[in-house]
Amino acid sequence: MKRVASVAVLPKIDQHVHATVVEVTTRLKDQPGALLPVLHAIQDALGYVPEDAVPLIAREMNLSRADVHGVISFYHFFRTQPSGNRVIYLCRAESCQALGAVALEKHVKARLGVDYHQTTADGAYTLEPVYCLGNCACSPALMVDEELHGRVTAERFDAWLESQTTATSTESK
Amino acid sequence: MSVTVYVPRDASALSLGAEAVAEAIAREARTRKAEVSVVRNGSRGLYWLEPMVEVQTAEGRVAYGPVQADDVPGLFEAGLLEGGTHALSLGLTEQIAWLKNQQRLTFARIGIIDPRSLDDYLAHDGYRGLEAALKMKPADIVKVVTESGLRGRGGAAFPTGIKWKTCHDAEADLKYIVCNADEGDSGTYADRMIMEGDPFVLIEGMTIAGLAVGATVGYIYLRAEYPHARDALHAAIAMAEAEGYLGDDVRASGKAFHLEVRMAAGAYICGEETSLLESLEGKRGQVRFKPPLPAIEGLFGKPTVINNVVTLACVPIILDKGAKHYKDFGMGRSRGTLPIQLAGNLKRPGLVERAFGLTLRELIEDYGGGTASGRPVRAVQVGGPLGAYVPASRLDTPIDYEAFIEIGGMLGHGGVVVFDDTVDMAEQARYAMEFCAIESCGKCTPCRIGSVRGVEVIQRMVAGNAAERERNEVLLRDLCQTMLHGSLCALGGMAPFPVISALDHFPEDFSRAVEKTGA
Ligand SMILES: Cc1cc2nc3c(=O)[nH]c(=O)nc-3n(C[C@H](O)[C@H](O)[C@H](O)COP(=O)(O)O)c2cc1C
Ligand code: SF4
Ligand code: FES
Repeated sequence: MKRVASVAVLPKIDQHVHATVVEVTTRLKDQPGALLPVLHAIQDALGYVPEDAVPLIAREMNLSRADVHGVISFYHFFRTQPSGNRVIYLCRAESCQALGAVALEKHVKARLGVDYHQTTADGAYTLEPVYCLGNCACSPALMVDEELHGRVTAERFDAWLESQTTATSTESK
Repeated sequence: MSVTVYVPRDASALSLGAEAVAEAIAREARTRKAEVSVVRNGSRGLYWLEPMVEVQTAEGRVAYGPVQADDVPGLFEAGLLEGGTHALSLGLTEQIAWLKNQQRLTFARIGIIDPRSLDDYLAHDGYRGLEAALKMKPADIVKVVTESGLRGRGGAAFPTGIKWKTCHDAEADLKYIVCNADEGDSGTYADRMIMEGDPFVLIEGMTIAGLAVGATVGYIYLRAEYPHARDALHAAIAMAEAEGYLGDDVRASGKAFHLEVRMAAGAYICGEETSLLESLEGKRGQVRFKPPLPAIEGLFGKPTVINNVVTLACVPIILDKGAKHYKDFGMGRSRGTLPIQLAGNLKRPGLVERAFGLTLRELIEDYGGGTASGRPVRAVQVGGPLGAYVPASRLDTPIDYEAFIEIGGMLGHGGVVVFDDTVDMAEQARYAMEFCAIESCGKCTPCRIGSVRGVEVIQRMVAGNAAERERNEVLLRDLCQTMLHGSLCALGGMAPFPVISALDHFPEDFSRAVEKTGA
């Protein structure tokens, strides 16, 4: 990759974002092929990789902005917008299709009132498609953040969603 | 005396409530003041019975399943800790026919041992392959792997020994071993089961590969969708480092091998080996032209062996028991065993490791028990999203690399996805093109643009009248030929397989939707 240090002035960004990027890049940039680990660490910390942090990432990594932007946009996993509190990854792939994933997808979208890549009005959930979770022996499958679910039906999805609402409302009491 | 109870920590078992079961067992044991130690094993691969709980008894391990948390008090009441009888009893685990009729070499320990215990690994023949390899010359290790007949289990089925020899012969100050743990194919989960259920076998396999070719650094490129495997690998690598199985001086041999897990970021194409290398280098995962071969000029321009998880996990037993032992399993040029992953619409989905040569029918009927829906099998996709759809009339095809090429398909990573007669094959063909469009790395036009056109043409076929359908079928077949011959890698080059097989074997599904439903 080209090593073009950015000389352009950095746009002003949020203090916390700035501090996170500097902390992560300082910690990880010296390992070979550091960009993916850096982007992962930023997304882990902030929930996304803010668009306006790209110039700073580029400078810290000694890369061009175009390089960093190109990498972020290539990978489905990296997001440049904040997600909801939790991300639901719904499997669209063949094994899940064979057990009703298409109908489940319709149900989940209707129930949450969102399409893929969108966040529910209350900010609770973002829905993302995924192509196999390795849970094909227990299809249909979905994953909420890092919590895997198998043999999901419309009814089980609704029951799970209900249990979350109850859990959060008791927590906030 | 404390009784050992096994509750899998396997991701699929967790997805069905295994964590709550483990907690319920601990709670119930406390209430009853029973001494129980709960071991979190991998899965035995009998997924329709997960969460499957096992209890160690004098006669052997006794299984129960599928167990839910609220079954636990009843199980204790029925004498779970003595292997007592209950409605969920499955008898002695080793006697369950589905498991007994397998030939588990690569999966020998999975579901049996505690994946977070190096001692348990050592007690079950772990690291015997490495001990043998440490006494050998690198070229001799390569020779054993070559003689075993092992071919890559990631998809392309390339002879592993030949790849290793190329890397061994390359002169360089630094070489790498890269494990391809991107497992992107739908219907496959063998890599995941190994990493979660027996992570040390992968570490051992990579260490042996390092000794064989003279590589001192290894990377496991792991898909982002596998957080449980990530945790298992991190734990195992830390233990292996602490005990001198990884590091600057592996087992006081004077040889170094360092290992690191690198997370992927959700791009299917990064399972392709050169795209994977680009990604490891911190770039967009665009496919490289070959040559140079990665074995000569791979990661950061250095000679690199890239192998799939299963391939590398086969290596320790080959070094331990010898090339002949492994080679004696199998048929034709497909030697050894294959962990086959049964998925989709089946009564008994799960992991079947058998020598090459058994048929799809045996897998689907004898192991799989037919469809979960009870309806007839209509199509079977073998080898992931780029694999052909096999019609029910071809179920007697043996599990053998060459036999699948003959029927216009591929065995790939050994995933078998079963569909019943409610499947709409035009929709499956459309999806195959859509998937290719979503996941294309964008380097070649036939793949990037052709797949988008493919989706449109199939939609027109299904929506149009007979003449429209015929015209578009010609277009679609043409397009498939262009993709087959004009693509740099197998994503664009094989995405036509599911499409052409759907057209050839299920032409009726491409007729107008109105005719089809009779509405
Ligand atoms: C589009 C595409 C996706 C692939 N995905 C994987 C994968 O997820 N895992 C894998 O091991 N090999 C995958 N491969 C095959 C690799 O390119 C390569 O052949 C393999 O990693 C070599 O290891 P092996 O010889 O041990 O099979 C893929 C190939 C292509 C063309
Ligand atoms: S066939 Fe598709 S995925 Fe493969 S190199 Fe070409 S554009 Fe990239
Ligand atoms: S196809 Fe959905 S988990 Fe594999």
